[in-house]
Amino acid sequence: MKKIITISSLFSIALFIAACGGDKSESTQSAAAVNESPAAGGVEQYDPKRGEGKFKDVTVPEKLDETMAEEGKKNTFDVKCSACHKLTEEKLVGPGWKGVTSRYQPAWIMNFITNTDEMINKDPAAQAQLEICLVRMPNQSLTDEAARAVLEFMRKNDGVK
Amino acid sequence: MKNYKFPILSLAIIGVAMSFNSCKPKSVSNAVSGDAASKVYVAPGKYDEFYNFVSGGFSGQMSVYGLPSGRLLRVMPVFSVDPEKGWGYSEETKPMLNTSHGFVPWDDLHHVQLSKTNGDYDGRWVFGNANNTPRVARISLKTFRTEEIIELPNSAGNHSSPFITENTEYVVAGTRFSVPADNDKGDVPINTYKQNFKGYLSFISVGKEDGKMDIAFQLQCPGVNFDLSRAGKGVSHGWFFFSCYNTEQANTLLEVNASQKDKDFIMAVNWKKAEEYLKAGKGKKMPVKYAHNTYSDKTHSATSEIRTEVTVLDAKELKDICYFFPCPKSPHGCDVNPTGEYIVGSGKLAAIIPVFSFDKLIKAIAAKDFVGDFDGIPVLKYESVLYGEVKKPGLGPLHTEFDNKGNAYTSMFVSSEVVKWNIKDLKVVDRVPTFYSVGHLCVAGGDTKTPNAKYLVAYDKITKDRYLPTGPELSQSAQLFDISGDKMQMILDFPTIGEPHYAQIVPADLIKNNSLKIFKIEENKNPYVSMGEGATKVVRDKNRVDVYMTAIRSHLTPDNIEGIKMGDEVYFHVTNLEQDWDVPHGFAIKGATNGELLVMPGETQTLKWTPDKVGISPFYCSDFCSALHQEMQGYVRVSPAGSNVPLMFSTGKNMPLVGETNKK
Repeated sequence: MKKIITISSLFSIALFIAACGGDKSESTQSAAAVNESPAAGGVEQYDPKRGEGKFKDVTVPEKLDETMAEEGKKNTFDVKCSACHKLTEEKLVGPGWKGVTSRYQPAWIMNFITNTDEMINKDPAAQAQLEICLVRMPNQSLTDEAARAVLEFMRKNDGVK
Repeated sequence: MKNYKFPILSLAIIGVAMSFNSCKPKSVSNAVSGDAASKVYVAPGKYDEFYNFVSGGFSGQMSVYGLPSGRLLRVMPVFSVDPEKGWGYSEETKPMLNTSHGFVPWDDLHHVQLSKTNGDYDGRWVFGNANNTPRVARISLKTFRTEEIIELPNSAGNHSSPFITENTEYVVAGTRFSVPADNDKGDVPINTYKQNFKGYLSFISVGKEDGKMDIAFQLQCPGVNFDLSRAGKGVSHGWFFFSCYNTEQANTLLEVNASQKDKDFIMAVNWKKAEEYLKAGKGKKMPVKYAHNTYSDKTHSATSEIRTEVTVLDAKELKDICYFFPCPKSPHGCDVNPTGEYIVGSGKLAAIIPVFSFDKLIKAIAAKDFVGDFDGIPVLKYESVLYGEVKKPGLGPLHTEFDNKGNAYTSMFVSSEVVKWNIKDLKVVDRVPTFYSVGHLCVAGGDTKTPNAKYLVAYDKITKDRYLPTGPELSQSAQLFDISGDKMQMILDFPTIGEPHYAQIVPADLIKNNSLKIFKIEENKNPYVSMGEGATKVVRDKNRVDVYMTAIRSHLTPDNIEGIKMGDEVYFHVTNLEQDWDVPHGFAIKGATNGELLVMPGETQTLKWTPDKVGISPFYCSDFCSALHQEMQGYVRVSPAGSNVPLMFSTGKNMPLVGETNKK
């Protein structure tokens, strides 16, 4: 309990600092996002359910693909995600993963983990998370297949069989 | 308010003065015309049009500038340690600076050459030479990192290096200071130079795909000073040209004694012929000792291997490889024009610039038009090889590069100017002052088959009053000229790191899209990698402790380590788990007598630390990474030798034994 209090008070202090200064990673990321995606800020209406990115409609089967989920854990979660995310509801650096697949659509999740910078710049839900966590989630450079496999692992973590 | 008025007023006066003095270009302020600022202005967030790779001279490094802005983009560590980047401090990079003399932390990088295909830059690698402890380095233009360093045996003062053939078949390295061969008895009186000293020219082959360097052969030549060189191209492909001075073979007070003769030499080397002799087994194996160091982007670490043999071709014995032709007054640059037909010699003390014809050279060799020999190497007749002389170009010609309109640009050290002249009619067409005492110069693509005649940069040897004074030591000075019109126009002055010798200017488009952003963590084959936070651990083997640590915004894992004891050697293997561009993490620990690490995304680097005090030693991330960068820290507890504090490590939880250990 004590730990949680310390962390949250730290965050609230950091909120003020970040609000006036802006850090190195933030500024480079937004510059990169602008450079890399000329389509950003186009006329299309932003769909907060789908998010921004290459994934439009991601349909997932009812049953879990056990092999794919295992791959997502071993190749991606263990290496690139576990440093900041717990599999419970507890927040570490980023939010815990429990329940994530019921809070967001599959396409939103896959767009967020592959097009992180643009989503943080645009998406209201992602921005709300940033205000809580104060660390911009880094783009961990996932391939489409890796992103799909992580989604499958998230589904497994949320009890899909 | 009052303070503002004076500068404005004086500016106006200078402006007026400028218009009056326009015929006298020597004054410092009026050499720049009104539209210069707009020509070099690169708006914030915009890219420069060219990369400028510049030698770092006695800093031992190579710098990268953007042109036309003159902005410093990066300093790439090559031959000298660089604490900022951990180069030569991390366990992984230390072997890169290994030599036959052991670890050498410094050198003097003079010349820069980009790899070429068909005589034009191909944007793959850039090479640099170490002048002091002779070596050649190859830098990847994907990672902008030194990938390979090869040492050169039988050499000293590796100056005519690292010049390159038109398809990067060879990088050459000619010795400036002739010396007895490494394996000969070197313990001889210095004044036996003529009998015992030899000049060795190394031909380093470059792997077509991987760029790997290997000394294909060395040419054993008479003992003189081999100064600079250029490869033939186009019609002269297959030949190499080396300027030679001290043909007096003096071994003391060279300032006077090597300046006796009216003419020294340029040596033409038929390297295709040398290849034939090599194939025919005419080379002699010579025992030597030299280091060959390579850095892998997969293991993120370097290996150093000592090699013990080199193949030598004797230029005296194998008659038709080398020919001398006379060149006035201690030649420095010997530069080949874009077609490969003309070779420009620059006698440091000469009042003319001789231009030699490759066509005439070949004919003179065929006709055996020799005036004698020098230490067994035939010497051709000056007039038989000469195309013509540029009369009264200025004083102290040093280096020449070319544009695509038939013009040559020569730096004049003594008269401190750049002189533009036409290759065909040998007439001077323009001259501009430099500030001050220009050494090298560089035209965009100026040593290729197809130069881009937009910019020229003059690299000056003296800075004096160009910038705000900073005590006795000043930054180096460079000037950018727009050479697209008939008249050269100075448009920018910019400071550089010390000391710029040769440089190369290459269109940014050739390089920028291949630049790597991250190392893929999946491909990290460092034996000490931690593939994710779950893989972190601390392992003790006797007094060696390996800490497998990860870094990600914004914590290090593990960040509490106990059970380290005095007498231990601790290796921190830090893996950066980030997979995002421009998010390196640093690692520093209090009292480290070594340095710090700077770890790129997806990379693993190791810092060795020998604790010297009982107590708590904090460590932290030294490269600002996020809003919570200041929180990215940890502690190591160091106990006395023989203490029974158990080895423990964790992150994000206090250790279970916390109460107990406190009591003890």
